[in-house]
Amino acid sequence: MNVHQSLTAAEPVETLSPLAQPPTTADAMVRFERVSKAYPAYRDKPSVQALKDIDFAIPRGSITGVIGRSGAGKSSLVRLINGLEKPSTGRVVVDGRDISGLSGRDLRLAQRSIGMIFQHFNLLSSRTAADNVALPLEIAGWSRRDIALRVAELLDLVGIADKYDRYPSELSGGQKQRIGIARALATRPNVLLSDEATSALDPQTTRSILDLLANINRELGVTIVLITHEMSVVRQLAKEVVVIDGGHIVERGHVADIFTHPAHPVTQAFLSEVIGDSVPVSLASRLQPQPVAGGHAVIRIQVRGADAGDTIVGRLARELSIDVALLSARIDEIGGQHVGSLSLGIPGGEAAADKAASYLSQNNLPVERLGYVA
Amino acid sequence: MSRELINLIVQATGESLFMVSIAALIATAFGLPIGVFLATSRKGELFAAPAVNSVLGIIVNATRSTPFIILVVAIIPFTRLIAGTSIGSGAAIVPLTIAAMPFIARLVEAAIREVDAGLIETASSFGASPLQIVLKVLIPEALPGLVLALTLAVVSLLGYSAMVGAVGGGGLGDLGIRYGYQRFMPEMMLAVVVVLIALVQTVQTAGDYLARRVNRRLRHR
Repeated sequence: MNVHQSLTAAEPVETLSPLAQPPTTADAMVRFERVSKAYPAYRDKPSVQALKDIDFAIPRGSITGVIGRSGAGKSSLVRLINGLEKPSTGRVVVDGRDISGLSGRDLRLAQRSIGMIFQHFNLLSSRTAADNVALPLEIAGWSRRDIALRVAELLDLVGIADKYDRYPSELSGGQKQRIGIARALATRPNVLLSDEATSALDPQTTRSILDLLANINRELGVTIVLITHEMSVVRQLAKEVVVIDGGHIVERGHVADIFTHPAHPVTQAFLSEVIGDSVPVSLASRLQPQPVAGGHAVIRIQVRGADAGDTIVGRLARELSIDVALLSARIDEIGGQHVGSLSLGIPGGEAAADKAASYLSQNNLPVERLGYVA
Repeated sequence: MSRELINLIVQATGESLFMVSIAALIATAFGLPIGVFLATSRKGELFAAPAVNSVLGIIVNATRSTPFIILVVAIIPFTRLIAGTSIGSGAAIVPLTIAAMPFIARLVEAAIREVDAGLIETASSFGASPLQIVLKVLIPEALPGLVLALTLAVVSLLGYSAMVGAVGGGGLGDLGIRYGYQRFMPEMMLAVVVVLIALVQTVQTAGDYLARRVNRRLRHR
């Protein structure tokens, strides 16, 4: 029997149709209306269709994650929101205004209500922390006195008031991103765009920056759009998620729904990155295709849902009156739902393994037969 | 060396410094904006004007590839038009400026292009106009490079200023050729060389110091 052959394909994974229930467009902060973006051929580079037929809304006050692999079109998408790029067709409406139709001074005025933070922080090395935060205010023509007051307030908000007169070269990555966030919020924007803002940071710093963003969303009501290729960022912060691949939206909806029942292979790949869907190497190396006398049959079950998994091993053992060996387990929580996989060893030969598989299937847990171990 | 000769050296040094500093000032006044424009006017850039960029680039290259001594002679009618004469330190400022301007423009272009393009995007993202981006982002961020560029330009101008001496421009070069070479006074030649070396060293040291002072990428306060 093929090691990776699935025993029960009959298990009805609840297929959500995420595009069926878009968030109400009436209360959208950002709305993409049939947007596509193509870059014409230039020199030796062929033309690129970066985004195709993008049509969705980002709810006001939400934290929305946009996740995709490199080159999926994430960066183009976010740059359409603040007018750094123009759509080839369709329009992008931000806070009720068609930003894709603005240019020159009107566009620059509109851009002041959209903040953006960057992967590499993009601070001016020639300016202190305070002066970096002051830059958008200088550009907006604020008076020196108002700028000083606002900058102090912002540095306080992001927790680095003591770094006021430090230059970026004297600060850590996390501190630099805090300045970036303060700068992005300076002109009191309604939308904050985050372009891989934590990708250059270590996990602990990432966590603190994401906490800060969550606070800002909660206390200031700023709508946050997170562009990322890291599932963990979406999981920690976002409520809504949009998965894009090859310039298309392939899936979107609430984070918990999408990641407990991923329909698209790209989403599944992102998910396995977080929950470690692959069989642990130590186990995989011991697997054999043929039954081993006195050994275990190895099955793997995927855990998805609010309560799944927590009692199943015990129930299985009681039901079949066998000792179930727990070979590997990885269960994570995403949006209050358990997501993960368990690899179990079933002793007692093929008959016991079949019985275990059918019991699990009845309990709505898809089973995969991996092989046998001694 | 007699008092008279020393006076000659002092006077010639003054002339050289006068020519160089005025030429450097005027050349920078024109070269800086030209350099900024060259750095920001290619396709898709801040002041995108690819055709103008190309033409300007060709003019700059043409001027730079003309040997200085030829340039001085070739533009004598223009020098007369501007300075009223083609002889003396004042007149020498004209060819010095013309020669230094494209040189400075290219150095400025290189320094500006060193600024991370992400910073331009960042400033655009919060609604900065192209002019604001130049004044508040590009020039401040390129300042260490610009200081070094101007230092290099002044050092080159010191060399050029010695050359205008050969065509009646006055200054240290004039002194070296007339006294040191034509009158066979090796001590005069040596004195001129020593003064020039001292001037170049001083300018370079001052420039390096200033560039370090304005460079905030280094960890020093």
